Amino acid sequence: MALSIQEVAHVAQLARMRLSDEELELMQSQLSNILEYIELLQEVDVTGVEATAQVTGLSSVLRPDLVTGALSREEVLANAPDQAAGMFRVRAVFDE
Amino acid sequence: MSELHQLTLQDASAALAAGELTSFALTEALLERIQRLEPMVRAFLTVSGEQALEAARAADASRSSSSGPLHGIPIGIKDVICTRGVTTTCGSAILEGFVPPYNATVVERLNAAGAISVGKLNCDEFAMGSSTENSAYQVTRNPWDYERVPGGSSGGSAAAVAAGMVPASLGTDTGGSIRQPAALCGVSGLKPTYGRVSRYGLIAYGSSLDQIGPLAWSVADLALMLEAIAGHDPRDGTSANLPVPNYRAALTGELRGLRVGVPREYFVAGIDPAVEAVTRTALEVLREQGAELVEVSLPHTKYALPTYYIIAPAEASANLARYDGVRYGPREPGAGMWESIETTRGRRFGAEVRRRIMLGTYALSAGYYDAYYRRAQQVRTLIKADFSQAFAHVDLLATPTSPTVAFKIGQKLDDPLAMYLSDICTLPINLAGVPGLVVPCGFSAGLPVGLQLIGPAFAEEHLLRVGDAYQRVTDWHKQRPVVA
Repeated sequence: MALSIQEVAHVAQLARMRLSDEELELMQSQLSNILEYIELLQEVDVTGVEATAQVTGLSSVLRPDLVTGALSREEVLANAPDQAAGMFRVRAVFDE
Repeated sequence: MSELHQLTLQDASAALAAGELTSFALTEALLERIQRLEPMVRAFLTVSGEQALEAARAADASRSSSSGPLHGIPIGIKDVICTRGVTTTCGSAILEGFVPPYNATVVERLNAAGAISVGKLNCDEFAMGSSTENSAYQVTRNPWDYERVPGGSSGGSAAAVAAGMVPASLGTDTGGSIRQPAALCGVSGLKPTYGRVSRYGLIAYGSSLDQIGPLAWSVADLALMLEAIAGHDPRDGTSANLPVPNYRAALTGELRGLRVGVPREYFVAGIDPAVEAVTRTALEVLREQGAELVEVSLPHTKYALPTYYIIAPAEASANLARYDGVRYGPREPGAGMWESIETTRGRRFGAEVRRRIMLGTYALSAGYYDAYYRRAQQVRTLIKADFSQAFAHVDLLATPTSPTVAFKIGQKLDDPLAMYLSDICTLPINLAGVPGLVVPCGFSAGLPVGLQLIGPAFAEEHLLRVGDAYQRVTDWHKQRPVVA
């Protein structure tokens, strides 16, 4: 299955990754190759087969809703590239 | 006593318990060896020598008759596992300089058992790869031949053991990332059953597939490591609430009556004939020890690779959405918040990680979900059923681990699909969630070959017993590369 360059650019946008034109082109050919291989799955008869999302057999593991120990604000912010007034700081999300 | 770097975990443990050796002396010797060999092997991303020596001194001081087998033993930890206060990068530029504020559960458990971490081991970025060439920092070399890859993604974990830098290490395995490098570096490695070991503090790649496990020279050493790290953890909702057996007690050497399935789909075109021949010789050894070999079929095997390359990237695209340069990791500048995030992700993820995020995003996107993701999950059910059906007739399965021996650095780097095929014998096991053990079983052209043993869910005792029995009558796991 061949992807168009527009489709690749759209997926990059969905994934929030800025790629150069050369990177998009390389991605187009590599993803198309991989998807072509994955087409193999289309020959499997999956009529009536349940989907497996996980293999543990567990469902809805719950715990009591209690406040327990948490990291301090200092620890949480220790790796932040930018911070102000005890919070993570980012550039403006909306234009003026 | 042989040279300190040649001691297996069990040997070192016995020498420490007998008072013939101190943890400080052992740790110091291994740190010196790491310093001497690292320019060639490049297994470590971080060596925490000072902390290790301090911990070794403390371990010597606190040693008592009740000290366990890991007390005072130096180990290495794959860099996708969080270590409090010690840089953890996942081999990625997007986590450059990240210092976790907490320990993974496995690290807590190893600390409690008295083990000493000497540092963090290189890997493919976010554990995506089969050669460790996808690390943003360095290419780890195979100690058997420095021009060849150690396998991946836990290439640092396998190379460090093979080079005698540590007697044991932790790796992680999402599609073969413990077993394939163990095979290519000639050491033993175990991927436990999904849920056997807590994933808390393991930086996620494919959450329904990831599992932490040990690498070491011998199966007996793996048993000691597994016993320390296995068990239920309330902080990982997918960890199994089952008791942890005494894995050492399972090592009886007994193989009589054992039924070993040999799946014909694992001995097909694409497997190097020399690797197949070495593997078949290993099967004969099991037969001579009293096991019965039974040919079986796992008919959906050829669909495992395409199934994996939908499911794992889909999970990865969700798991790696968190890297945005806001809360941790470096931030690339941009005119606004979105441009900064998109530039950070575009520049700081490596090529393979970007590829898998794209693939996963595509497979989950509107209009393709049913055709790709849902279908892959349905085929996963069929692959899992293959194993259940086989295990109704046999106790375990024996297969090759990797279709080839270690390949040359750079050989498969420009062909993602060729690289993916390295994991063709190991991927199905993760999809089914069952455990897989690799033991060294010979050489082809001077390079190690590993035998893969696969068991039903939570049958680690079985696997370890068989692997240990094999190592009682062979000495492949005692072969050491000549490193200088």
